[in-house]
Amino acid sequence: MSLEQEILSQISAAADEAGVEAIRVSALGKKGSISEQMSGLGKMAPDERKAAGAALNVLKDKVSEALASRKAVLGEAALEARLLTEKIDVTLPIRPQNSGTIHPVSQVWEEVVQIFGDLGFSVAEGPHIEDDFHNFDALNMPPDHPARQEHDTFYFNEKPDGSRMVLRTHTSPVQIRTMLSSKPPIRIIAPGRTFRSDSDMTHTPMFNQVEALVIDEKTHLGNLKWILEEFCKAFFEIDNVNMRFRASHFPFTEPSMEVDIQYSREGGVLKLGTGDKWMEILGSGMVHPNVIKAGGLDPDKYQGFAFGMGIDRIAMLKYGIPDLRAFFESDLRWLKHYGFRSLQVPTLAGGLS
Amino acid sequence: MKFTFSWLKEHLETSATLEQILDGLVGVGLEVEEVADRTQELAAFKVAYVQSAEKHPNADKLRLCKVETDQGIKQVVCGAPNARAGMKAIIALPGAVIPATKDVLQLGSIRGEESQAMMCSERELLLSEEHDGIIEVQGDWPVGTSAVVALGLDDPMIYIKVTANRPDALGIHGLARDLAAKGLGTLKPVNAAPVKGTFKSPISVSLQTENCPLFVGRYFKGVKNGPSPAWLQRQLKAIGLRPISTLVDITNYITFTYARPLHVFDADKTHGNISARAAKDGESILALDGKTYALSAGMTVIADEQGPEGIAGIMGGEASGCSETTTNVFLESAWFNPQSTAASGRKLSINSDARYRFERGVDPAFTQTGAEIATRMILELCGGEASELVIGGSVPDTTRSYTLRKDRVQLLGGVIIPWTEQLRILCDLGFTVTDDGVCNPPSWRPDVKGEADLVEEICRIYGLDKIASAPMDRPNAIARPVLNPLQKRMLTSRRTLATRGFNEAVTWAFIPEAHAKLFGGGQNELKLSNAISSELTDMRPSLLPNLIAAAGRNVARGVADLMLAEVGHAYAGDRPENETLRAAGIRRGAVTPRNVHGGTRAVDTFDVKADVLAVLEACGVAAPQIVSGAPAWFHPGRSGTVQMGPKNQLAYFGEIHPRVLNAMDVKGPLVAFEIILNALPSSKSKNLTRSALTSFDLLPVSRDFAFVVDDKVQAAELIKAVKVVNKVLISDATVFDLYKLEGGKTSLAVEVTLQPRDKTLTDVEIEALSAKIVGTAEKAVGATLRS
Repeated sequence: MSLEQEILSQISAAADEAGVEAIRVSALGKKGSISEQMSGLGKMAPDERKAAGAALNVLKDKVSEALASRKAVLGEAALEARLLTEKIDVTLPIRPQNSGTIHPVSQVWEEVVQIFGDLGFSVAEGPHIEDDFHNFDALNMPPDHPARQEHDTFYFNEKPDGSRMVLRTHTSPVQIRTMLSSKPPIRIIAPGRTFRSDSDMTHTPMFNQVEALVIDEKTHLGNLKWILEEFCKAFFEIDNVNMRFRASHFPFTEPSMEVDIQYSREGGVLKLGTGDKWMEILGSGMVHPNVIKAGGLDPDKYQGFAFGMGIDRIAMLKYGIPDLRAFFESDLRWLKHYGFRSLQVPTLAGGLS
Repeated sequence: MKFTFSWLKEHLETSATLEQILDGLVGVGLEVEEVADRTQELAAFKVAYVQSAEKHPNADKLRLCKVETDQGIKQVVCGAPNARAGMKAIIALPGAVIPATKDVLQLGSIRGEESQAMMCSERELLLSEEHDGIIEVQGDWPVGTSAVVALGLDDPMIYIKVTANRPDALGIHGLARDLAAKGLGTLKPVNAAPVKGTFKSPISVSLQTENCPLFVGRYFKGVKNGPSPAWLQRQLKAIGLRPISTLVDITNYITFTYARPLHVFDADKTHGNISARAAKDGESILALDGKTYALSAGMTVIADEQGPEGIAGIMGGEASGCSETTTNVFLESAWFNPQSTAASGRKLSINSDARYRFERGVDPAFTQTGAEIATRMILELCGGEASELVIGGSVPDTTRSYTLRKDRVQLLGGVIIPWTEQLRILCDLGFTVTDDGVCNPPSWRPDVKGEADLVEEICRIYGLDKIASAPMDRPNAIARPVLNPLQKRMLTSRRTLATRGFNEAVTWAFIPEAHAKLFGGGQNELKLSNAISSELTDMRPSLLPNLIAAAGRNVARGVADLMLAEVGHAYAGDRPENETLRAAGIRRGAVTPRNVHGGTRAVDTFDVKADVLAVLEACGVAAPQIVSGAPAWFHPGRSGTVQMGPKNQLAYFGEIHPRVLNAMDVKGPLVAFEIILNALPSSKSKNLTRSALTSFDLLPVSRDFAFVVDDKVQAAELIKAVKVVNKVLISDATVFDLYKLEGGKTSLAVEVTLQPRDKTLTDVEIEALSAKIVGTAEKAVGATLRS
């Protein structure tokens, strides 16, 4: 058997990469069989050396190639064998992550702001602890006004000067603060917490309202109806909404109207926009001249509308949340069930829900 | 306010259906709360005639009746003791739904005898609780007459919500006026004709308080009081009033018909003349509700010469009340000041139909008319003789006028209503108007106080539903941003926390006093004087107590590991500037549940420090200072404060003090943070373009140093010292290992990263820099290299 045959058969018999390496050393290493023959070339005559040299180089290339390809084959086989041992069970659970939620009141806050922001309503705020002037007097509710008694007001302790602060009973004081601090045209919404001394199935001593106020020289009842219709369509995400505008009375608006929305209840599920039942969703009206005056503006020049509705209430309606009281109980089961995903940000472009 | 359809029709000439009337009421601002109309529910129940009632062959207590119905003769087995031949009953045939049980009546057989129908009790038809016998139909109703007709139930009861500004709508006549103006019929006139008295009243009236400017009285002699006639009882019962006696029922009838409360005294039980005067401290009265009330100065009473006989405008006294034996009567039709009536009513906690009307404002000009109407009814129903009227005081002047500008309805209402129609509406509501819009409101409308009220009257009668919607203009073609920096921080912090795994809660703004005190609150100015419960007494000084208490409640429900957050207001005082918006959160229990990938660990201060830094970073606050210690409700050694200088504290974080947790009965470990969003600096630059990116091609080099320092040295001090050694080359330095050594020492391992700028650093340069770092660390904080 020639040297070539011997080496090539050794290579193909090599069982692993280490065996291939040993053959490489024995053939091509410093003292390897081919290397030894190469070093013998110097003793040969030039002609003989040329022919033998060329043959040795061919042999060397052949062996190198055989070594490389055997090594690759064995490497692949070794990898395959290793991969077989590396199987994991991907059905095992992941490392636990806590997934947070956004409270429905916060989510609806953002939805409402998206809608009104598009029409240029900025978000105004005011303190929760108010004085009589902003919460009542300036809103056309003098101390002996019967409506003032009906507000179930929370009072703070009397001060030495006889005055006492109240927890705002509505977001309407923000109307006064806005008029006193800015110039018409005014377009604001004022979402926030409100407080009344009332607690039963459908009332909690704290709840969330959103107020809207427009003051300019031309906005009228027709505009008010329009924005309420557009708001309801956008907010409840329905193409048609039947609304009923009923004359009503609030001290701070004139004319005043309450607004009902048509609904049906099918199999326990509330459906808006259809049906034969009416549900009151908000109170509204043209801002009373006395209120405009209290806001430091001339009611013969400026006019506009205001409305207020419950954020909790419209959240309950839209998302089918049954019990108002649970909103404020911080029960994790409730928060996780009725809450919203952290990146579920309502936008007009992407949709509110 | 309740009334029946037939009662309304006594004042409104109309051909309108119930539906149209209801729509009309709603349209003019009288919200319909409830309509009780039994016509549909009882449609299947009819009058039947019992021809015979024999004993059931197989049962002693049952009867076998032959009953004539509009469907022929039926055999009925009946257990009622009053079932007898010759009576008329209400019959239900198979298929009828029995209101009390909602069951569909089936053909049946009782003790072997077929029963083809059922004769009903009042309870079965939900008319009353009566179930001892079957209904006996009174009157000459033919067989087949509908039960609602025969039983007088064909008159729907309507319950409306009347807003506080409409005292005139607390009488049926006033409702009829609104409906007539709305075009639903014609208002029938009031018969206000005076009744001539036949003698002079032996009782005179004197007015001694400005709270009663007018008192119209009249004496009746020889009346006969007893149960009132059926029609009157029926109307009162239909609106939920209990008939008492003819005299009392007449006053109630007029209260509800004309919003005109009256009172009748038994003139034989009063003593001498009558006066309206201020109550005196110490006086008391046994009122008609059977309770004794202590009166006080400021209240008004109707008194005789012995003492108070009635609380003015609120309730009469028991002693001089009318009874079955009353023969001589003194009638009171007076006008009382709304504010003082309201104040007295509130103080005494008496709610009565009279108070309800007087405190909203009764028509002063109707005082005498009311007395005349009552006179006619008393004479008609009780007989006797009426005296001449006794009139004290005079009708308070309510005359005033407002001018309605011709463009006002269009300007405010956005609707064109012809001028003549506008004036027509006001006229129909009782206003006197001139062609150029000068309007005098009627005496029954104390709420009308200006031009805007006139616009309201016109719009509500015209119909708000008829006003067309009109789009508002857009201030900018494409909407501009509307949120201020604080509002944006609110949204950012909320969603950042949710992304980190917090469940957002919304909790009460008021908390128990004990909790407020634990968190630095409890000041007098933040206490409610009329808290709804002892759990909600003080405005919260921090969001944390509610979150911690909520954690406790959730733990009690079996949730041991939780993350709760809230973004809301806390209160440091009662001025607007004392309210701050905060973002707070708590973590309790294990960081994660146990899992196959390795163990878990308890939450610690560095979890909430990370929460704070994440929120601040999201809000654009870079590199704040962090120092040890936080307010007293945090663990003194395991808490920190984030600040921009010592006077501007942005946030606190750490373990909640064990004593606080103990006081709140919540088990730890529990870590918390609270960020004061108002305190965060707002981003200064309005420049949108970024500075150019600085980057280096050369690879950074890192070197580790094992320093030993005294325990009291803080890591941040060491890092700060290291970083200043070469601000150009040292791009970062961070502690990556720590352990306590013997003798009050700590080993801190620091990795320093060097960023070569324009050429590779040589070993010599690196060595030199390292030596300088070691030297500086020693000088600054006494750090030595571990040997």
